[in-house]
Amino acid sequence: MTVTIFEASKIITMNPARPVATHVAVRDGRILGAGSLTELAGWGTHTLDRRFQDKILMPGLVEGHSHVSEGVQWRFVYCGFHDRSDPDGKTWPGLRSVDAVVARLSAAERAMTEPLQPLSGWALDPIYFDNRRVTRHDLDRVSKERPIGIMHASGHIMNVNSKALELAQMLRPGIDHPGVPLGDDGLPTGEMKGPDAMTPLGRHVGLDRGLLASDEPGLRAFARLCVRKGVTTAADLANLLPDAAVAMMARVGAEPMFPARIVSLRVLRGIGPQEAIDHAIALKKQSTDRMRFGAVKIVVDGSIQGFSARLRWPGYYNGAPAGLWYVTPEQLAETLERALEAGVQIHTHTNGDEATELVLDVLEAALRKHPSSDHRFTLQHCQLANAAQFRRMKSLGMCVNLFPNHHFYWGDEHYRLTVGPERAERMNACATALATGVPLAIHSDAPVTPLGPLFTAWCAVNRMTSSGRVLGEAECISVEDALRTITLGAAYTLKLDSEIGSIEVGKRADFAVLEDDPTTIGGDRLRDVRVWGTVQGGRVFAADTI
Amino acid sequence: MAAVAQLPVTVLGGYLGAGKTTLVNHLLRHAGGRRIAVAVNDFGALPIDKDLIEGAEGNVLTLSGGCICCTFGSDLVAGLMELAARADTIDHVVIEASGVALPGAIGQSLSLVAGLVLDAVVVVVDAETVQERAADLYMSDTITRQLADADLLIVNKIDLVAADTVGRLEAWLAQRAPTARLIRAEMSAVATDVVLGYSGPRALDGKTPPQPLHSTAAYDTVSIAFAERVDALRLAKGLADPALGLVRAKGFVHDAVRGWLTVNVVGKRYSLAPMPDAAARAGRLVCIAHGRPIDRSALANVLKLAAVDKVLEVIPCP
Ligand SMILES: [Zn+2]
Repeated sequence: MTVTIFEASKIITMNPARPVATHVAVRDGRILGAGSLTELAGWGTHTLDRRFQDKILMPGLVEGHSHVSEGVQWRFVYCGFHDRSDPDGKTWPGLRSVDAVVARLSAAERAMTEPLQPLSGWALDPIYFDNRRVTRHDLDRVSKERPIGIMHASGHIMNVNSKALELAQMLRPGIDHPGVPLGDDGLPTGEMKGPDAMTPLGRHVGLDRGLLASDEPGLRAFARLCVRKGVTTAADLANLLPDAAVAMMARVGAEPMFPARIVSLRVLRGIGPQEAIDHAIALKKQSTDRMRFGAVKIVVDGSIQGFSARLRWPGYYNGAPAGLWYVTPEQLAETLERALEAGVQIHTHTNGDEATELVLDVLEAALRKHPSSDHRFTLQHCQLANAAQFRRMKSLGMCVNLFPNHHFYWGDEHYRLTVGPERAERMNACATALATGVPLAIHSDAPVTPLGPLFTAWCAVNRMTSSGRVLGEAECISVEDALRTITLGAAYTLKLDSEIGSIEVGKRADFAVLEDDPTTIGGDRLRDVRVWGTVQGGRVFAADTI
Repeated sequence: MAAVAQLPVTVLGGYLGAGKTTLVNHLLRHAGGRRIAVAVNDFGALPIDKDLIEGAEGNVLTLSGGCICCTFGSDLVAGLMELAARADTIDHVVIEASGVALPGAIGQSLSLVAGLVLDAVVVVVDAETVQERAADLYMSDTITRQLADADLLIVNKIDLVAADTVGRLEAWLAQRAPTARLIRAEMSAVATDVVLGYSGPRALDGKTPPQPLHSTAAYDTVSIAFAERVDALRLAKGLADPALGLVRAKGFVHDAVRGWLTVNVVGKRYSLAPMPDAAARAGRLVCIAHGRPIDRSALANVLKLAAVDKVLEVIPCP
């Protein structure tokens, strides 16, 4: 039973009784205590580890809503507008024009040896190219022989070249679908919008949706990315969790150097409410320390930028129809009731305020049948909720996980096009959530936006769009609140706050190791805090060598 | 591009409890020799009567009479691609859409998959509750959009509605489903030939003359053969004219300009397509009306206006 005492220049504990300390003692991967060396020496013989003596420790960061498929994306060519770093720590500069995208793809194409192998890319965001649409002719400049497909940052649109269309039997006239724009020649332009239009192309361009669920190397890459971002626990929010995947996750998670804890939710898809609850209960029993199962995710509506989120009156700013339901109220009610009865936690994806309202109504009725005092059902995204809805969340015992990264990436579009100025300034109302007392988490939804809780915290503190507009100053939160939200806050929504989220006796020895002090660097520079690595379950992982 | 035979697909929409599942089982029990593939969202609430199931393999149930049922989960188009790949063992696909799906959007997705063609969007409504549903705070616009997508609107559970309110209900529905023909039904019992049209053994191949369907009290059919070349577009428009009141018309004609074409009319929608195998010597048409007899003289008039002035034989049903 060896005791290790880590010394740091400062330890931010999130424990109000001992908010800062200089030392933390660890045994068997758990925390014996945080305090002074003298206090901790009382635990007996110990090794003093001083490698962090000029670093800042805080509780391991908790990403409350991501997808482990982020680890798979990096096999493809990064085509995003913003700089982004990969699991190996390499930063890929953002691409500022269609020509730059074509140039990077061409370089990747020249390095390929298999002649027919597809070339795949991701994170394209033509919104930033003055909305100049990318076409198959652009990608034909890269290759006319090799199929090419590039996924957009939103995950809802794909661009392909002529060869890919030909292989998918879609380089033909007569296609009549809102997701497939046609050129003057009556043939698809190569922009495929929405899952239906993307599916026939996926297998030909290496972006098959089946492949995008994570595999072994993808899971390891995701965990390496976690180390680089100071994350020690991450939620994988929508997984079908077939037996083979669960076995793979358990095996990989048990590897001695696997550096993260993954909480994977069973998504309600392809099976009915009862089967989903039964599956979640069976999965929970298979949980290990680093692979946690047992909750269910329900997708209620679509996305705001895809105009498929369900909005209440007056709907979309540009007059688009009110969005799409992905579940009936009856199915939702049955699932929530069965979950309350069985004690299974539910996370609901609701982007629009009407979808949020439906969940509040349905849960209120379900709770009357099955009163439950600590269900912690969590509204995910919940971007457009107003103050009255936050008050209902509080009354019903709900948590919320908001999406402030949206302000930076799409806030200008929300202001101008999707929901208009007033609701854009109210979106992801973190300050209202805290003032109302609704337990709050904030998230990246990686790979939709980059994994990085400190960046997400910066978004919640500053609410700045990529053009520099501050979207709703009244909803900005303090650095202190933001840091608590990306640790204890997210842990609470995952029902893990008794194990992680703060540095105090009895909890897992999960730390983010930082080069800069997030409490003094200034709210406007929070995203610049450098991450050295993590300690996860007492094991030290340096980002440089991971 | 050479015309190839295409697998007809019926999209079956409507809110929960309207009677879609009952209709699916009714179609399977009265398949008329068609090998029907039923595609559903999920097996959560199994949509197939147990006695029809013969076996299971992965996400496919084998059913009696060469029929199958498969799930597509959240990936409709991938499911349809799988079905298109099995086209030689299937005569007709029926997609049972989820209660909140927009069946018209599913119909549009069919054009993404080579080898599939939309036959009709059939929407089932519960006559007793549809108006209440359409006023629901959350579901109102979804129900309204489902109705607007329909080619055929099956007004189910008509027996549960007071006789004196049926007329008002149908007027209300007709206003919201402007492109649909209304078909009254109890327990989702509607003839398969009306719901699915001509497919499988009844498919019009251009060689064998179309078989007249059995007329019942509920519906009436007329089968026609003719030698003349026609203005196919004018003919199709005439057959789809609400005044004529046909539920369906299908056949093949020799268009004066475009050669041999198949004509498919469902409700007020019509389509013309090059014939896969233009070996016919005479044009053929079969027309169906539901709930009323076909007005023979009005039909003759439509044929005449399409320049079919030498009708060889008109075969009314026995
Ligand atoms: Zn997500």
